[in-house]
Parts: sequence; structure tokens; C-alpha cells
Amino acid sequence: MVVSCVAASELLYRMNKQIIILYPKNLCIIRRISTTSSQWHVQPQPRARSAPHHLVGVVGLEIHAQVNSNTKLFSSSPVCFSAPPNSLVSFFDASLPGTLPVLNRRCVEAAVMTGLALNCTINRKSLFDRKHYFYADLPAGYQITQQRQPIAVDGMMTYSRLEGKKGSQVIRRNVRIKQIQLEQDSGKSLHDDVHSQTLIDLNRAGVGLMELVMEPDMSCGEEAAAAVRELQLILQALGTCQGNMSEGQLRVDANVSVHRPGEPLGIRTEVKNINSVRYLARAIDYEIQRQIDVLQRGGTVQNETRAYDSKSGETIPMRDKEGLQDYRFMPEPNLPPLIVYEDNASLPTGIDACQAVVVQKIREGLPELPSVKRDRLVQTYGILPEHSFTLVNEDGLVEFFEAVLKATKKEPRKVIGWVTNELLGHLKQKDMSVAESPISPLALAELLELQETGHISSSVAKQVFQEMWRSSDKSPLHIIQEQDLGLVSDATQLHKICQKVVDLHPDEVNAIRSGNKKVLNKLMGLVQKETKGRADPLLVRAILQEKTS
Amino acid sequence: MSAFRLFATRAFCGVPVKSVRPSVNLVTNDEQLCLQSRFTAVTRLFSSRPHNSKVPQVATWEPVPQDQLPTPPQISADLVDKLERLALVDFRTKQGLACLEKAIQFADQLHVVDTSGVEPMDSVLEDRTLYLRDDTVTEGDCAEELLRLSKNTVEEYFVAPPGKKKTEYISFETKVLIIMTVHYSDDE
Repeated sequence: MVVSCVAASELLYRMNKQIIILYPKNLCIIRRISTTSSQWHVQPQPRARSAPHHLVGVVGLEIHAQVNSNTKLFSSSPVCFSAPPNSLVSFFDASLPGTLPVLNRRCVEAAVMTGLALNCTINRKSLFDRKHYFYADLPAGYQITQQRQPIAVDGMMTYSRLEGKKGSQVIRRNVRIKQIQLEQDSGKSLHDDVHSQTLIDLNRAGVGLMELVMEPDMSCGEEAAAAVRELQLILQALGTCQGNMSEGQLRVDANVSVHRPGEPLGIRTEVKNINSVRYLARAIDYEIQRQIDVLQRGGTVQNETRAYDSKSGETIPMRDKEGLQDYRFMPEPNLPPLIVYEDNASLPTGIDACQAVVVQKIREGLPELPSVKRDRLVQTYGILPEHSFTLVNEDGLVEFFEAVLKATKKEPRKVIGWVTNELLGHLKQKDMSVAESPISPLALAELLELQETGHISSSVAKQVFQEMWRSSDKSPLHIIQEQDLGLVSDATQLHKICQKVVDLHPDEVNAIRSGNKKVLNKLMGLVQKETKGRADPLLVRAILQEKTS
Repeated sequence: MSAFRLFATRAFCGVPVKSVRPSVNLVTNDEQLCLQSRFTAVTRLFSSRPHNSKVPQVATWEPVPQDQLPTPPQISADLVDKLERLALVDFRTKQGLACLEKAIQFADQLHVVDTSGVEPMDSVLEDRTLYLRDDTVTEGDCAEELLRLSKNTVEEYFVAPPGKKKTEYISFETKVLIIMTVHYSDDE
């Protein structure tokens, strides 16, 4: 063996030498070919140069979603985001000898529910496997996952992208879901470079994850981001995952490659370390462009793992696990197969219906999904599709909007602007959630009702809204009375103001008299300025028309 | 894996291949006992018929003739690399490689067993219902107890060597020594 080792290294050495010798020759050949081609085909050259532009990106996603449960996947220790280190760890989570996994029914139900919402086939029988790797935050030396037979397979998710200048064009796309598997999360490592040590917190070790694999059906960062956003909304609607990316409840890895349409897929890289939807789009687009650049320069894309650096906006190669990973998958001997039942009738005798996971029961309990909700909003209230996206995107905003509608006779299409611009704008500015809004749906409805019945003008309504935001205990009516913002509809008073404006602007009056009726609006604006926007617009128009005729 | 461990132990002691027998017998007996007791439990639960086990009461042993075994494999340098990395054992020595080859040959005896028409199973309990537990907190909050088990801690963290550093391999001899210690203390 020693002999053969020596021989092998000798051989390698010689090969290296040969490569070095061959390499310049290769370069020469390439150059020669390119010169000839440019000499012979002068015309097609620009086409040849632009050919690489036809390269398009192909994106698949692997998403880890933390199951929203009280306890971990296989142990009864609590799940909680920022707890003191190692305070949420059972003997099993620390993989002390003699401990055994006991599966959490909630996690199974969450995975089945997610599978159903994503149109998956639920496997009646699924299996658990051990995936081995050696890392300090994985104390058992293996992760329990579902490699051979996951709980759900072959799904499909429809997501929409808003396109066009104002985002008014809704484009629907589909992405296939390959599978959903249940698996354990790992602990967390903190690297202390100063003392050259790694600190281990096992609080997250053993928390239930749903790994969702999306097929490479997306072509750019925007599409991937839209798909992840839709998944996030679905998971939140189901309550199976809280979906907060910054807290790591939703983690996305992107598989990115480029190819010319119709040709086989190119070599892919895996982009990790993406912790927001916005960064996801940027990381993918950067990676697609990088691969196109590499190919255009005549290089080849390496199959590697890259990390996204949000500061520089670049992806950088991660020190890969030597590319020679062997997970040594094996069946988990401590867990018999997981069986789920279609309905109560298919339950075998002797099995308690409360103990079993029954797909039919979960299907019946599915809530309204975001896409259905959006369609309903557009159909019921006649609002624009892009408004339905804004409403559904913000947790609690649909409920707010509907509560306002119940309390006012104002048309939904007029209410929507108040909710999506005024209210949401203020909330976003202060980084607040809908639940934290100082203005209740009823208060907003009262304000809109006052405007609708002609008590205040629309500009005053906005003024009152500002005041309501600052002091939430005051009712709109109270603010209007307090600040004397009520509409001025006293005809004599308005006549006086209008006369003053007409007298001061003879040029405009002449223009109106000679037929340019649009100039009337300018005079109206001036009257409103005088009255601080409180004049009854209909009355003002009538008076001005009379005075300029 | 256990076969390999057993074998490695014996080979290190310089015992020839054939005398592995007693120790293997011992294990088979153990497993039998274990299986029997489980099956008995099952029968008691579900029927009153007397139990008729297909598992023989006493282990039997027949050495497999060399010519029935597949040809011994060639172990490439890459494979040695990979195994060293996975096992964290340094065994690129003549003795280590010879031991590995013999271990593979030993395990190859399994190829002689006719398994046609037999569906593979993961565990003897695979037709049992998997127990599903309620999502209620009953454990955790024992950081102090767990951290006491660790050689090195900082505040409430376990301390591990830095992840970036190349893993240190232990020598083949050390690993065998560890295995021997575990094995012999099991026997007694």
C-alpha cells in the first residue's frame, strides 16, 4: 500500500506537470479559433457576443420552517426564541445515553396541515432516518430527519408577482413543492475568536423543523422572493410557523444556476445565510449575474456553497465541508414508521381517535388561505388587486379594513386609500404593527362618516387623522369642535371670501369668462386657502360660477 | 459496525480469524434472549395461544468457506481518507489497512445469506403504532445539571474547541484500545 501510495503521488505530480505544459497550448488554441471566427464571419460576431445574454437564471429553494409548537419535536422541553442559554434543554436534547425520542403530535399535524395547504400528497406512512455529521451543536452526532419517505410530497404553490410601472399587473406563477419533511433543528454555536473556543447553546437543538423543497421553477430573485413571501403568509395563516426570518423561524437556502432555455440545467451553487426576503432577491440576482459573468469569461461555475454578505451585497464562497460529505443515512431504529389516517373510518380498532393524526379532520380545519382571501376582497369590495396584496401582506390589516367598512356607509373603494395609505403609512413610519395602531377601526369609521355626510372636507379629514394619531383618546368629532375645523357653509361668509378672491384675480376671472373653465379650480383653491380647507366645496363652486359668469 | 469492532479487537490481539466465533456466539445469544422476551410480551398481550418462535433456542455456527465469499476489495487511498475523516481515526498504517480488509471480508459473509423474497425491515417494532405525545412542556430547565457534566463551561454555555480548527484524529491503536476497554467491560 505504501508503495502504491508513493506511485500514486508520483503520478499526480506528473499529471500536474502535464497540465502546466498543456495549459498555455489550450489558451493558444482558443485564441486561434476566436481569431478565425472573427475573420470569417464578420456579421454574426455581435450575435455571438450577445449569445451569452440569453443565459437565464434557474432558482430552486430549500426552506426550513420552525414548527410553531410549545415543545420540541422529540422532547417535552419548551420552544422559545431568546431564553437564557441551555435553559430549554432536556436530557434527550443533550443526547445523554439512554434517552429516547418521543414524537410531538402537534409537529406532525402542523406538517400535514402545511402539506395540505400546499396541495401535497400526504404519505400515509412516513419514515425517520438519521443523518450523520460531526458538529459541536449537534450533540448526538446525527440529526433525525425524513430522507427516504417524507410526510408530504408532490405539492404545488401558486404565487403572484406585481409587475408594470405601478405594480398594477398581477402575474400568477406556480412552483412545485417536491416534499415536506420533519426534522430536528441543531443548537447554536458562538465562535469566540479571541479565546479560540466555541460556545454552545442547545436551546434550539431538537426544535421541530419542516424542510420544504421547492423545485427550480423560478428564474430570478424577485420570483423567489415572491414565492417565499407567499409561503410565509400561508404558514402564518395556518399558524404552523411564525415565519419570522430575522429570528430564524424561516430560513431559506437558494440553489442557483444559469443555462440557455431548452438546454440542460447548469452547475448550481447553493447560497446560504439569507435572513430577509429583500436580501433573498438581491443575493439570487447577484449570484445569477456572477455565474453569467464567469461563463462569459470562458470559466466554469463551481459546485459550491456560498454565503450572502448583506453589507457588500455579494455572495462569497464558504469553506465547504470538503465536498466529500457522507451523511451515512440510516433508518432511525428508535422510531417505528409514522402512520397518518385519512378519516376516522380508516382508524384501526384499538387506536384512540384523539391520539391519531387524521388528515380529514385537519383538512376541515384549514383556514382561508391568502390567495383565496385576496380574490374574495377584490370580488366583494371591488378594490384593485394590488390593494388586496397590500391588505393581506400586513398582519391584521384585512380585519381592520373590514371592521371600518362595517361601521361606515362610505364605499370600500374610498375607504381602501385611507387604510393602505394614511394608516399603513403612519404605521410603517413608526415601525408599528396594525394591532398597535392608536386609531381604532371604529374611530376611523367615525371620521370617514363625518366626511361622507359633509361635515368636513377631505383635506380637513386628513388633518383630523393626524390629530387622532397623536392623541388617540380624542374622538374625531371632539377634535373638529375643539379646533373649529367644521365645514364653513354659511353662505354670506363664503360670499364675502369669494368676492375677495374674485376681486384680487381679475386675469383669472377674464380667462374663465372667455371660456377657460378650468381656471375656476384655481380660484376654488384660493378660497380653500383662505378658509384653511374648511369651505364647503359645492357651495364655493356655485358661488364662484355665479360671480364669474 | 459491531462486527467490525469485535473483529478489530480480536485482530489486534493477534487472534486468528476463526476464533472470533465464541464472541459472536455470545452476541447472538444476547440478541436472541432479547428478541424472545419481546415476542413473549407481544403474545401475552394479544393472544392466549402458546408461543411458537421461529428463532432457534440455541445459536448455531458454521464457518463460511472462503471460496463462497466475494473477492476481497481493493482499498483506495481516497477511501482511507474518507474513513479516517468519518471515524476520526488515523489508520493509514499497514496494520490498520490489513485489519480493515479482514473486517470487510468478515462482513462479506452476510452476502452468502439468501434473502430473496424477504422484505427488509428497519426494526422488529416497525408494525407497532408510533406513540404521539401531547404538546405540553414537562422537561427542560435543568441547565445547571447538564452543565455539570461538561468539562469546560463559560457562563451558561458548553465550550467546544473552535470549529475552524482541523479535527484531531486519534491513532488507530488508541481507538482499538478504547473499543477493547468498552468491549471487555461489557463482557464482565
